[in-house]
Amino acid sequence: MGRLDPGAAAFAALALLTLGSAAVVALARNLIHSCVALAGALAGVAGLYVLLAADFAAAVQLLVYAGGTVALFLIAAMVTTRMDHVSTSNLPGARRAAGFATGLLLIGLASISLRTVWPTQDLAPVPSTAKLGHALLGDYALPFELAALVFLAGVIGAVTIARRAVRP
Amino acid sequence: MFHPALGHYLTVAAVLFGLGLFTAVTRRNVIGMLLGVELIVNAAALNFIAFDHFVAGAAGGKGTGQVFALIVVTFAASQAAIALAIVLHVYRTHRTVAADELTELRH
Repeated sequence: MGRLDPGAAAFAALALLTLGSAAVVALARNLIHSCVALAGALAGVAGLYVLLAADFAAAVQLLVYAGGTVALFLIAAMVTTRMDHVSTSNLPGARRAAGFATGLLLIGLASISLRTVWPTQDLAPVPSTAKLGHALLGDYALPFELAALVFLAGVIGAVTIARRAVRP
Repeated sequence: MFHPALGHYLTVAAVLFGLGLFTAVTRRNVIGMLLGVELIVNAAALNFIAFDHFVAGAAGGKGTGQVFALIVVTFAASQAAIALAIVLHVYRTHRTVAADELTELRH
């Protein structure tokens, strides 16, 4: 058995964290457990971003996703779910059909990726935040601004929908 | 010696996508479905960043995949905010968030 180098060991640990947490999200009976496990899956994906030299994307993933969005999900789950009702959250009988569809999808994806040859390169994992900054404010300035606009519209829309109707 | 390559990351992303699809289809609670959608979106963003890192000369080596991933994260965050606001509103009017009990649009 060959020795693992640190990068490979980190990849294995992060992949295990990601997929294990995602399996808990998919299979847990309790919705609150699923929400907490989502934080683990998102943190694992952030770690994989670090291994792929995408340090800024990893930081964004941790701050926006594992911090903000999961908290939002937890609050919404606690507000809207009766606690005595929280564990009965799965459709009966749908699991077999969903497992079949998922397996079919994975087989399709595997056959496509095995038949495709990508011109891969082996890059040293150097930090890429400076490159990303130049890309966001240079070539991709317009998508960047549009994303900001969409985000603003989304926040205003969410507040408008979620607030209680004010009686005149 | 094992060294993580593009195929390994694509495999992780594919399994993540599959688990997300499974979650979105089997959950009865609307919030559970949204959890599955978040997993699917993350699998897509992971693919973007893996291709950006490994594929030679991906869009001129300007970090296009990472830009895509950042915009995907932005859209997913605003989508989650709007969807959960709708869920809260639906709960206020219908007193339930089970997808099979929400059969009428107006209240």
